[in-house]
Amino acid sequence: MRKVAAAVIAALFFAMLMSTLYQLPSADYTEGGYNYRNPINGSYADENVPSHYIADTKDETGATNVVTAIVVEYRGFDTLGEVTVLFTAATGVAFLLRKMKVRSGKKKTEANLILREGSKLVLPFILLAGAYIFIHGHLTPGGGFPGGSVIASGFLLMMLAYPKFFMKERAVSVTESLAGITFASIGLLGLVFATSFLQNFLPFGHVGYLVSAGIIPLIYIAVGFKVGSELSSIIDVMKEVQK
Amino acid sequence: MWAEYFTVAALISIGLYGVMSKKNLMKIFIALSLMETGVNLMLITVGYVPGGTAPIENGNFAKYVDPLPQALVLTAIVIGVSVTALALTMLIWYHSKTGTLEYRRGMKW
Repeated sequence: MRKVAAAVIAALFFAMLMSTLYQLPSADYTEGGYNYRNPINGSYADENVPSHYIADTKDETGATNVVTAIVVEYRGFDTLGEVTVLFTAATGVAFLLRKMKVRSGKKKTEANLILREGSKLVLPFILLAGAYIFIHGHLTPGGGFPGGSVIASGFLLMMLAYPKFFMKERAVSVTESLAGITFASIGLLGLVFATSFLQNFLPFGHVGYLVSAGIIPLIYIAVGFKVGSELSSIIDVMKEVQK
Repeated sequence: MWAEYFTVAALISIGLYGVMSKKNLMKIFIALSLMETGVNLMLITVGYVPGGTAPIENGNFAKYVDPLPQALVLTAIVIGVSVTALALTMLIWYHSKTGTLEYRRGMKW
């Protein structure tokens, strides 16, 4: 009964979505900028905000990756809040699980030889790939969040291969706090050397080169370290409570 | 666009069905993640330009997709990961208190 009712409601919702979603505006891009076409009456609306981002990102921020420029520069304050949410979640996970200690007497089985030796071999390259992704965030796809996740996945691999592997709590928390402090103090330096919080105060350099775009790579490196340490601490805490 | 919007509607509806019909909290969280993926896909689809490339400028003129929804979805994904981690943590806690993953009305824990 419950399942039938749920299926009926979900089917009605599906029909409603299908009948409304095609009325959403569809984007088109010309040399001048973005046009959003209204499919109901066929009118066009110029979208100034994305057009501005595409046209002026290079001159205003020095970054070639427009999404990174939006995330770190135009909406940097939003990203600071986002990092705070992730930090709060990591704190909550640690707070709830450290108290539990459901470490049962079940013996942890060793992984096989290939996984153990192979993960040792692969770990440096995973960390290198993660670092590459967040250092080149202003030039290529990627940035602090995916880079940090890649680094955390490297530590997850080590935990799968070695059941006794653990993160040094102190090192993780120091890295995480230092990265957070770096992010906030770069923002405050923007207040000192420029006019507003998180404003770019460093020279842009050669656009398209590694050392360019002012504070964007610095902030993304800090975000990469922060996300990497937070996610690995979440994994580490969750691993400890297995039954 | 039709295929994308069909996928969006299907993901959100399947998630809704899962949330309403399942009693296992783990399955409910999976269903919530499905709905979240559907919403993210919808935002990306609205900003998609047919034939567009990733908005990374390399000097030549190319069609770029709208960068703004992508930046917003990046935020949404990170928030989703945080929420899922916290929810699963509470689920571990719940399981250790009650010995079950099922939701029951009026349960004290």
